[in-house]
Amino acid sequence: MDDTRWARARAQTQRFLPVMALAVVAVLAAACETNLPQSTTVIEGSHNATLWVPYRMVFILAAIVFVAVMALTVIFSITYRERPGRTARQFHGNTRLEIVWTLIPIIIVTLISVPTVNAIVAEAQPIAANALRVDAIGHQWWFEFVYLDEKVTTANELHIPEGREVAFNLKSVDVIHSFWVPQLAGKTDMVPGHVNDIKFTALRARPEPYLGQCAEFCGTSHANMRFRVFVHTEADFAAWLKSAAANGANPASALEKQGQEIFMRSACIGCHTVQGSAAAGKVGPDLTHVGSRTTIGSGILVNTPETLEKWIANSADVKPGSKMPPMAKSDGGALSKEEITAVAAYLSGLK
Amino acid sequence: MAQAVAHAPAHGTNTGIENRKLLMWLFLGSECLFFGSLIATYMVFKFDVIARGVGPFPHDVMINGVLHHGILDIPTTSASTFVLLMSSLTMVFAVYGAQHARPTLMKLSLLATIVLGLVFLGFQVYEFVTFVHEGLTLSTNLFGATFFLLTGFHGTHVGVGVLYLISMLAASMRRNGLGADAGAHVEIAGLYWHFVDIVWIVIFPLLYLMP
Amino acid sequence: MATAAGTLAHHAESGVWSWLTTVDHKRIGVLYGITAFSFFIWGGVQALLIRTQLAVPNGEVIPATLYNQLFTMHALTMIFLAVMPLGASFSNFLTPLMIGARDVAFPRLNALSFWVFAGGAVILTSSFFFEAPGAGWFNYVPLAGRTYSPGQGIDFYVIGLTVLGLSSLMAALNFAVTIMNMRAPGMTMMRLPVFIWMVLIISFLLILALPPLTVALIELLFDRNYGTNFFNPAEGGDPILWQHLFWIFGHPEVYVLILPAMGIVSEVLPVFSRKPLFGYSAIVFAGMAIAFLGWAVWSHHMFTTGMGAVPRTIFAANTMLIAVPTGVKIFNWLGTMYGGSLRFNTAMSFSVAFIALFTIGGISGVMHASPPVDTQQQDTYFIIAHLHYVLVGGAVTGIFSGIFYWFPKMTGRLLDERLGMTQFWLWFIGVNMTFFPMHYLGLVGMPRRIYTYDNDLGWGFWNMFETVGAFVIAASVLLFVINFFRTMQQEPTASDNPWDAPTLEWATSSPPPEHDFDVIPVVRARDPLWYNRDHNIQAEQPTGEHIHLPPPSYYPLLLAVGVSVLAVGPISHIAFTALGAVIAVYGIWGWALEPTE
Repeated sequence: MDDTRWARARAQTQRFLPVMALAVVAVLAAACETNLPQSTTVIEGSHNATLWVPYRMVFILAAIVFVAVMALTVIFSITYRERPGRTARQFHGNTRLEIVWTLIPIIIVTLISVPTVNAIVAEAQPIAANALRVDAIGHQWWFEFVYLDEKVTTANELHIPEGREVAFNLKSVDVIHSFWVPQLAGKTDMVPGHVNDIKFTALRARPEPYLGQCAEFCGTSHANMRFRVFVHTEADFAAWLKSAAANGANPASALEKQGQEIFMRSACIGCHTVQGSAAAGKVGPDLTHVGSRTTIGSGILVNTPETLEKWIANSADVKPGSKMPPMAKSDGGALSKEEITAVAAYLSGLK
Repeated sequence: MAQAVAHAPAHGTNTGIENRKLLMWLFLGSECLFFGSLIATYMVFKFDVIARGVGPFPHDVMINGVLHHGILDIPTTSASTFVLLMSSLTMVFAVYGAQHARPTLMKLSLLATIVLGLVFLGFQVYEFVTFVHEGLTLSTNLFGATFFLLTGFHGTHVGVGVLYLISMLAASMRRNGLGADAGAHVEIAGLYWHFVDIVWIVIFPLLYLMP
Repeated sequence: MATAAGTLAHHAESGVWSWLTTVDHKRIGVLYGITAFSFFIWGGVQALLIRTQLAVPNGEVIPATLYNQLFTMHALTMIFLAVMPLGASFSNFLTPLMIGARDVAFPRLNALSFWVFAGGAVILTSSFFFEAPGAGWFNYVPLAGRTYSPGQGIDFYVIGLTVLGLSSLMAALNFAVTIMNMRAPGMTMMRLPVFIWMVLIISFLLILALPPLTVALIELLFDRNYGTNFFNPAEGGDPILWQHLFWIFGHPEVYVLILPAMGIVSEVLPVFSRKPLFGYSAIVFAGMAIAFLGWAVWSHHMFTTGMGAVPRTIFAANTMLIAVPTGVKIFNWLGTMYGGSLRFNTAMSFSVAFIALFTIGGISGVMHASPPVDTQQQDTYFIIAHLHYVLVGGAVTGIFSGIFYWFPKMTGRLLDERLGMTQFWLWFIGVNMTFFPMHYLGLVGMPRRIYTYDNDLGWGFWNMFETVGAFVIAASVLLFVINFFRTMQQEPTASDNPWDAPTLEWATSSPPPEHDFDVIPVVRARDPLWYNRDHNIQAEQPTGEHIHLPPPSYYPLLLAVGVSVLAVGPISHIAFTALGAVIAVYGIWGWALEPTE
């Protein structure tokens, strides 16, 4: 490449620099997203806090290596660019350098391995005596939570106290799922035939829930397998537990009453449980307090009578592959539109 | 595979090992991992039948005070193991015959190896049929699944070996026999045959002898 | 058949039949290349569909089931039908040329490998006409079992991968023997071009890694079709066993994908830096170390399955150790550039970009080598970013470098540099636009393999950005296709050695004659052509010796058809197995009796 072409190329680059800088700023501005409910770098749980130590360290070291290698690549690319009068120096290697750059990665991985082993050991500590014990069970495509000592069963919405360890047994009834609430803890798989465990302490109570999601591909609606974790103060948690242990509420209106009758004589009870009633099915989510949940369909719809109607009519419409058969007559089920409205009213009343 | 001859003489091999022989060695390396994986599967599930109490069981086992008799017939399989070991011996004679220009010894030994291989397969067919009659199939329990898969694939390898040796014996009946390369041809077949025997030497104690 | 050099009349034939029956390693290399690049485009189309669905939250372009099949088939297509055979294309075309041989050790076996690959590719891809597999490329059970995947998709996966594995095994055996046994006089192991070293290492990896996969596939086939319960927890089986067997294959497989690119870069960088490769033996031994350590790290794909603390620690340590030889390689490539006179044509630009992009993939790999950190990164877009930086930023970038570098040798034509550099910049920008934000998305909690996501998770912007990037990549590939067809219309004018390169393939004509070399070259140093140039050594003159070349044969094709038809028996009708077996037996019979002189 001759000198004039060099100069021209440099001039062109200089002209484009401001444009490129503007573009970068614009992109960054547009990308500035502060609400990241599933961010792994927000530390709200003890598990996440433990792993944050190696996490932060690998990021810092990675950034250093990244900058160093990129800088060398760019500097060499510019410095040793072919130009008039330049000839390549002929050499085959340098043993001292080889030793140095074998040592560099060794030092880096040694640095990483120390907090890594510490975190692994910390995870392996025995369960605290006062821990809350919960069975978390994966289903295609929803989560079931059973509070072992309190005999409470719920689905897709987990309630836990702040500052107290929660120890989970992770199970699955069908395929492999993975239990993950990024702000509280890293993920652990739910493997059929195995019982895995994870335990963590939520650091603080807050009104908005922590979002969780299945992280191991588990079939058609894997993307729709979400759950929420509500962290309460001890007092609030005790109150919630008490209400959750109660039987299903009685219907409060004629419509709800009608809905209850339809529910109890329909296919519903083959799969669902409402404590204190004839409904004792174990296939689908426990509905004893379904009306008190904020979402339905494992976190994909806000819980209102209207969305419940939609769900009951044909759940696969909103959640592909849903195992719950359509109930609406128009979709091959047994219930009329009015009957579905009544059932939805009944379920909404199950606070 | 004979085309290697077409240009190998132009410059001998770098390692000094003939191309086809090297190919066979590498292939057998691959086969080690194949049988290794099948054996690993067997070992993983070895105690599962006892833990779950779903028979038939490979060996005599006491579950909840009840004695269940093992299905494996060790004397019979010892006999078939002996047959297979003898086939390795006759294979050695076949290779010796091929390499020392004694075609009659080679042919007779090949024939003996084939017959012994077929006898081994006969034993295996008898064993499989007996087991199925006694209620052990692929789907009965994990012992059935791992047993039939592992010994079945070994039997398939013996079968392929028998076909290989038959084709070699047939070729040696031609006017000019196996040609100038007879020694190498039979040696390579021998490598395969010995390997299949060795695999059985691993399988037999693991499956039949170890409780 | 023994004719003098240059008068191999019946070999110069063209036409479809000559391609179907060829046993010439160069033609087989071209067949691999064209087939694999077509599948690369097909896999790219699948990627664009995936990116289109993800462009906005709650996207409604692709329904869930189809999306799941698309990401499964995208991975299978790219890994087994595009990147692996593109590597095979180079190793086929170049191995005999670079070691100074006239063909591979077993030319008909080589043709068989290709045709069996084609059969496996047809089986796997044809699943779209019935039901495509949709359980992810690592196909975890029980999801992939009959209960939860009742359709035929997984059976296509099992049969397709078994057939493709057979093809790879045959090719690997062939190339290991070729490289160990058929080197030209003076071509010692420590004078082998790095690319050839990588081919040898890959061959060993495949020879040893494919059987565990085959066993896993057989066990799954039996579980699905013949009543066994290897992976069925309800009957005592264990789904984790599949993961072990799969990843014992799967991790070496990753090196099978990346090592050809490392080899290519190690050839290209010295040529356009005008100086020898820095630390040749360090690079070779690092390659061996990576391949060796690659056997002891498979469980790092399973850190979240509930492994105990001790195995997690061991596998983490082994995994981190791989950073050492990888780092050595990167530093040696930089050392090769240091003090050179760098000519930034397209081939060189891709190679330098390879260093940068592969480094990013390597760094992120070390990050999730730490099991506690991995619990936050496993199965998120951070992993997607990592693997695409290795496979696209690494493997495919290296392959493009190789295409531009060896195109004159393969076709006698130089690809257009202006189009090439435009393609390069689009590629570089597109790859970073598409895959760099995936790191971020993974860290803010986006799991992989989801066909939809909510608006309020804060992932919308970067997903749109990535989708735009994916189309920039598509534009780059389109430019290459245009460049290819334009160049092929021109007259072949490339000289024997247009780059003044040091390796043996440049000692013969461009494109090389059927018999590769008129005279088998003698190798006196590691960079033989530079040594000859610097010491004024003239090429040996033809002596009129007789050159033996194997004649074309249709038995490899016939046998491959037999094997493929036989293989579809278990998923269609047993009659296919019988028919395939008859064809295969006839093929073997004819093969064995075919004269090769």
